[in-house]
Amino acid sequence: MIRLDNLTKVFDTPDGAVIAADHISMEVPQGEICVLLGPSGCGKTTTLKMINRIVRATSGKVFLDGEDTSGLNTEDLRRNIGYVIQQIGLFPNMTIEENITVVPKLLGWDKNRYKVRARELMDMIAMDAEAFLKRYPSELSGGQQQRIGVARALAADPPVMLMDEPFGAIDPINRAVIQDEFLKMQAALKKTIMFVSHDIDEAIKMGDRIAIFREGKLVQYSEPDELLSAPKNAFVESFLGEDRALKRLNLVRVRDVVSDDIGTVDVTDTLATARERIDSHGYRDAILMVDDRRRPIGVISRDTTASQQGYCRDHTRGLPAVVHLDDDLRKVASLMFAHDTTWLPCVDDHGRLCGQITQRDMTHHLGSRYRSRRPARPVVDGDRPAGS
Amino acid sequence: MPIRSLSSALKLGAVILIFLAGVWAQASGLVDDFLFYWPDVKYLSVQHLWLTLISGSLAIIVAVPLGILLSRPSISKWAESLMQLLNIGTTIPTLAVLALSMSFLGIGTLPAVFGLFVATLLPIARNTYVGLRSVSPALMEAAAGLGMSPMQRLLRVELPNALYVIFAGIRTALAINIGTVPLAFLIGAGGLGELIFTGIDLYDTVMMLSGAIPTALLAVGVDIVVALITFLIVPRGVNPGRQR
Repeated sequence: MIRLDNLTKVFDTPDGAVIAADHISMEVPQGEICVLLGPSGCGKTTTLKMINRIVRATSGKVFLDGEDTSGLNTEDLRRNIGYVIQQIGLFPNMTIEENITVVPKLLGWDKNRYKVRARELMDMIAMDAEAFLKRYPSELSGGQQQRIGVARALAADPPVMLMDEPFGAIDPINRAVIQDEFLKMQAALKKTIMFVSHDIDEAIKMGDRIAIFREGKLVQYSEPDELLSAPKNAFVESFLGEDRALKRLNLVRVRDVVSDDIGTVDVTDTLATARERIDSHGYRDAILMVDDRRRPIGVISRDTTASQQGYCRDHTRGLPAVVHLDDDLRKVASLMFAHDTTWLPCVDDHGRLCGQITQRDMTHHLGSRYRSRRPARPVVDGDRPAGS
Repeated sequence: MPIRSLSSALKLGAVILIFLAGVWAQASGLVDDFLFYWPDVKYLSVQHLWLTLISGSLAIIVAVPLGILLSRPSISKWAESLMQLLNIGTTIPTLAVLALSMSFLGIGTLPAVFGLFVATLLPIARNTYVGLRSVSPALMEAAAGLGMSPMQRLLRVELPNALYVIFAGIRTALAINIGTVPLAFLIGAGGLGELIFTGIDLYDTVMMLSGAIPTALLAVGVDIVVALITFLIVPRGVNPGRQR
């Protein structure tokens, strides 16, 4: 747990005092990632660096796991905090192994212990220990270097980590991969992390909580979904962008929106049965066909049932796409646009049908958060046609 | 030896030329003339090297800590102006330095070593300072953030990363030093300058060359030795000569 209590930094400049961080008080619960977000010069980095005293606080206190850190000696404090910076800062004169084991050596671990630890860490970041430990940083790509940077910060298993735009210098494709890997690691390690970013999408992806800074002040501190649906003021709103409702698509899983009310036909059903079901479910122009293990395999259009006779299996159209229960709504929306459809079947891990997701459900789900925050307005929840 | 390219033809040509030069030197009696000075060359070369070794190592012992001291953040305010002062020092001709040191310390080995020491000091101190200052701030922040004390930062991060530049300074300084030692003869410290200057005064080309050629060879030899030490000591990750 990290708790900041009225943390303040005043820089003396020739033009007078500049308040870089103004009475920042916040708390990051155990095992969560808190992203500090804001435009440059807003005080987010200063706030982060006051925690490990790279920047000396003018006033205020930092508590780690409830303990006031002002009594600790600076080196001891830092050795118990993992630190990752944007420029990575691997020591070019040391091999990867020496880089990773810097902190264990400072802490006086014996040789066997830190050698074993180096190999553990390489496994953790999915890099081949034999191939990389003896190399030098200059022989690695940017993405590999940043993985090593993270491993170095994790070496002595610190409970708290500070990350200053750690993935900022990596190309977008590698960045997404490293973010995913990092989240996977974090799910197992449960570190308490402060993470500085200026990228809203990164903040939404990585953060359990997001703190928005402006001109040295903490403006809003809340969970990403809350932040996007209820920005506190005009600044936060404009910082999040006009498309903030779209950004929320990233946060919602198909699982949360899926409706299991879906009519289907089997391959052995006749077109007449299909027609009947289309009508009884009120679908506009098609119905989903599933095989004997309830895996979606095609659609039967209303026109076909009107003009043709026979069995469904002989008159199916191809399936546009299916979505998985764990996909986020951004992917769903993208698929809907790509296939010009307003609904998609949802499947579970075994590829079996477990419901459908419609454009209407999505807009309704996202919209309900906004509506619930405004003065009472009746929510119309009757007409939900599936299919189109 | 089959000749496949221009460069191998040139090599072969050079070997033949050197051989012919040798034949000519032997035939004209030049080799015998040089051999006449051989005992002098041996004795004076050792003296020459001693002067370089003593003044050079004293300079390294003083200049490296001085450079380190100047690069510390606590005195960064004055470091630049001190560095300017040292730069002015390097512009004083070494002959003038020797003359000045003679006027204080008299003649003999002591003033020569002192003069050489001063001339060698500056390039090493400057390179140490510049090398340490050019270590990336990101590295320093990482080192501090991981919990290294200022001394650990200096020994494990700053010095290893500045070592290549420091050695470049030592190499330049020793080249200056060994090339300046002949002047030390003028204030009575001996060295190969004895043959060079006497040769000039007597208009004896062979005598002069018996001093000049070994001086050049010593300079090249010392340079190679320092380059070798650089290659071996500077960590592989920051050594341009050892990158794969």
